Amino acid sequence: MGIVNKSKGGDVRRLPTGAFTVDAQGQVISSTVPRAVPAELVEEIGQCVVAVFQGARKANLSFSEMAAQYATFKITAREMRGGAIIFLSPKTPQRVSSS
Amino acid sequence: MAIQYKILLLDDDEHILELYQELLRALPSQPEVHVSNSGARAIALLESEPFSLLITDLRMPKMDGLQVLAIVRRKYPHLRIIVLTGVLDEEYRSRAYALGVDMFWQKPSNSDEFQLFKDCIESLLGRDAHSEGGFRGMQSKSLVDLIQLECLSQSSAVLHISQGAVSGRIWVQNGDIIDAAAGSFTGEDAFKEILSWKSGNFEIKPAEPEHPRAIHNSAQGLLLDSAQAMDEWRGHRAGAESPAAGEAEGAGAVNTPLAPLTKFEGVEFLLTIPPDEKAACDSWGLENAQDAAAWARTAHQQLQKLGEKIGAGSLVQLTVFGWQRSWALAGHEQKGLLCAGFRRTMPKDKVEQTMKHIFTKWVS
Repeated sequence: MGIVNKSKGGDVRRLPTGAFTVDAQGQVISSTVPRAVPAELVEEIGQCVVAVFQGARKANLSFSEMAAQYATFKITAREMRGGAIIFLSPKTPQRVSSS
Repeated sequence: MAIQYKILLLDDDEHILELYQELLRALPSQPEVHVSNSGARAIALLESEPFSLLITDLRMPKMDGLQVLAIVRRKYPHLRIIVLTGVLDEEYRSRAYALGVDMFWQKPSNSDEFQLFKDCIESLLGRDAHSEGGFRGMQSKSLVDLIQLECLSQSSAVLHISQGAVSGRIWVQNGDIIDAAAGSFTGEDAFKEILSWKSGNFEIKPAEPEHPRAIHNSAQGLLLDSAQAMDEWRGHRAGAESPAAGEAEGAGAVNTPLAPLTKFEGVEFLLTIPPDEKAACDSWGLENAQDAAAWARTAHQQLQKLGEKIGAGSLVQLTVFGWQRSWALAGHEQKGLLCAGFRRTMPKDKVEQTMKHIFTKWVS
């Protein structure tokens, strides 16, 4: 539990906190993401982020940073000379204190 | 109260000083005219009190006019300078202009020329240096020209640029722009911020070879990006400020369902993208709505798919930040996508919060 969850769609992984850099092709250059996370998954995130930046450039929109907020996760990325540095941060449920 | 202009006249010929002092005192603006027969004394006078205008000869013993110009232009970038010389030499003229003089005059030889000279002085004094566009310091060229010159000449220097109370620096190393700083901005953001200033002053300071490199794009690429973004910004402003232009672009929000959403703080444009790709988008304040819509649709699909794959759930909001403005994008199954643009200076968390409110209002 924790790292790997099961769902009807197959293996769905709960990603941990980490950061990695990718080149302009979305290939991972360096990473602090735990090795337990499949490399293909990290690469897929990298390629998607790079594609979003590249798409923006093709549409003549210049962005240097993005933040994709999901229900349980947040991906933030900063463009770096065609590639990107990407930060993964799971959203933790907020604690409600009762007094 | 009328402004009392102060003119400093520099010439090694006492007769010339006397003649021009009388001539200039008779100008309609009745300026205070000080004289100096040497470059060193002129610089000392400039240090002791502020002047509106320096009129200098070029050929003088010890410190010649060009040397004086080089010092004065660096130390007093606001000062208006006129060269008044007896020798018409093209090389002198181009060197003087390169040093940032406002006018280059051959000493008048008849009454018509004297009158023209006086008119020019009066006109120059009447100009408010701060109300004009262009960067003074080097021939009032645009800042882009100045940076290009520095880069093309492969020089190394630190450009200090100021606009009113704000100032910035651009580090140039062997013709490459390696870093910039302006207020809280650094690197490319600072460079683009500085380039957005319409007027000001600049000085070229000695290079700082040890300064770390923070900008890796080429100078030409940076200038092109900045020029393009400024054009888009101007286009957006024109569209937003002119109702006629806005309506022509389909951007007039007054009579569209987008009108209530434009009231949110910091909103610069709005774009709604229906789920049906063939249906028309609705936009306000956005020039290239079709391109933006195509990108937004694709980016949303890509990230939505990624979210499903990594088990992150549905994509709640995508926020992107550029130097020109920030964008936020959120989707609704039936209504499609809502994309909003926010002013660049708006904090990121505020963009995200405001987008939540706009999206809720739009969906409701």
